[in-house]
Amino acid sequence: MRAKILLLAPLLGFLMIAYLLPFLGVVKLSFTDPILGINNYSSAVTDDLLINVVIRTFRICILVTVLSVIAAYTVTFLWLRGNKMTRFLVEVCIMVPFWISVLSRAFGWVGLLSNRGVLNSMLKSVGIDGLPFSMINSEIGVIIGMTHFLIPFAVFPLASSMKAIDERVLTAAVGMGASQRRIFWQIFVPMTKSGIIGAALLVFVFSMGFYIMPALLGGGKSVMIAELIYLRIFQIPQWGLAAAMSVILLAFVGGFLVMLIRRNGEEFK
Amino acid sequence: MKMFRTGPVLTAIGAVVSVFLMLPLLAVVPISFTSKRFLSMPNGNWSSKHYTNLITDPIWLESILVSLKVGLVAAALSTTLALLFALGIWMTRPRFSGTMIGVALLPMMAPPVVSALTLYFFLKDLSDINSLVGYDTWLGVALAHTVMVAPYAVVIIFVSLSAFDRKIDMAARSMGASVYTRMTQVVIPNIKFGIAGAFLLSFVLSWDEIGVTLFVSSVNAITLPRRMWMGLRDNVDPTVAALSVVILTIVSILIILRALHTNFGKRNT
Repeated sequence: MRAKILLLAPLLGFLMIAYLLPFLGVVKLSFTDPILGINNYSSAVTDDLLINVVIRTFRICILVTVLSVIAAYTVTFLWLRGNKMTRFLVEVCIMVPFWISVLSRAFGWVGLLSNRGVLNSMLKSVGIDGLPFSMINSEIGVIIGMTHFLIPFAVFPLASSMKAIDERVLTAAVGMGASQRRIFWQIFVPMTKSGIIGAALLVFVFSMGFYIMPALLGGGKSVMIAELIYLRIFQIPQWGLAAAMSVILLAFVGGFLVMLIRRNGEEFK
Repeated sequence: MKMFRTGPVLTAIGAVVSVFLMLPLLAVVPISFTSKRFLSMPNGNWSSKHYTNLITDPIWLESILVSLKVGLVAAALSTTLALLFALGIWMTRPRFSGTMIGVALLPMMAPPVVSALTLYFFLKDLSDINSLVGYDTWLGVALAHTVMVAPYAVVIIFVSLSAFDRKIDMAARSMGASVYTRMTQVVIPNIKFGIAGAFLLSFVLSWDEIGVTLFVSSVNAITLPRRMWMGLRDNVDPTVAALSVVILTIVSILIILRALHTNFGKRNT
């Protein structure tokens, strides 16, 4: 009994003091700063700026989720079903970005897409001059950067569902004369449905909390909910509002996480 | 025998996605060799001065040191706390273990910006009581990182415990070994690779951490990612490119070696 407490208490106590209690403080702040009441929450549905941020967050996150799951599906397919050389190359292309910091990756996109960047220099050198265009500091930049960041995360759930497919089913379909395209769309994709939904939920949950990529690639023009929290703490201090946004974001993400965990729980049964 | 294979359309899209994944990482390479002090292509004037900058400029050197210190302390703390906690759950099988594991994994699942805000308030409060551990001190940052990386250490140690045969521990127990003896003589020696893995992952995650670091530090405790963030936000410093290339090279070598091993190594499958 004593051993039990001595082993479990350090981590739980530490998290209680450093994480759970301060979070309750954040919740309290959202109801008390600047004045007592629920006005921080009500302004999330009445303030035009906030409504815009929330709508933009959803728009970007849904688009990014769809794009990264489709992209991840194709690379996962190649990774698991290609020949040895393809598998090797694709594995490197998935794993290297996965382990590289979000800052280096954001820098890469700035270097590639900004008006003094690699892409414009190349266009200039082949004679297409006069239009230094910049794709960063815009919503497109944010979408590209976030999709790039999230593809490797979508690969893992997809890979585990593709690995679970019984190869004999596919062989049987070939034996009965189904075309390659038909096997893919009517057998392979439906059998990976759980992986697709799992990957989409995971990517969506991740994308909701993003603020590094939007801050670096959006140039302040496409602020998402997480970046707004940062700005409301460090630029225009409105702590109560930032706290309320955090609580809303956590509640929302929490709901999706429960769905994700329930789904995985069912698969194990 | 005819088989279900990757078709040309899927292969083409997969190849495009693979290139998309590597493109921004490779774009950093030419930029890192520019002779200018702002983001630009070398245009014939190749220079290694940004690499020299990395190891001679005291600003960058100091940030590397801060990151090392923070990473080592955070990794040591989180591995210790996670090890005790995982052993407690695994050996004593307490009631409510599901809930306790849920609490321990909370910082991994909550949106980073919410954790960041919470830890910001925690460290601000801590600063009121002492000047050593608190907001904008390296120990404070290490403490915040510990909260963020401990869940990953817990997961890694649980994974290695699940591969360890419980019967061995039960044998020790039936022969009258105390909890302490079972822990130090039986269980820990058998999961030492898991513990080392937890330490390594904790260190790497802390080394890369930016979301929380941005909230809990400002001018004194500047970790490497925070320095990169400043270099990116203010004037797009090519030193960030040089640093990215160094990290990219190390990561690529490790990933390529691993991929060579898994795809071309001797296997009986």
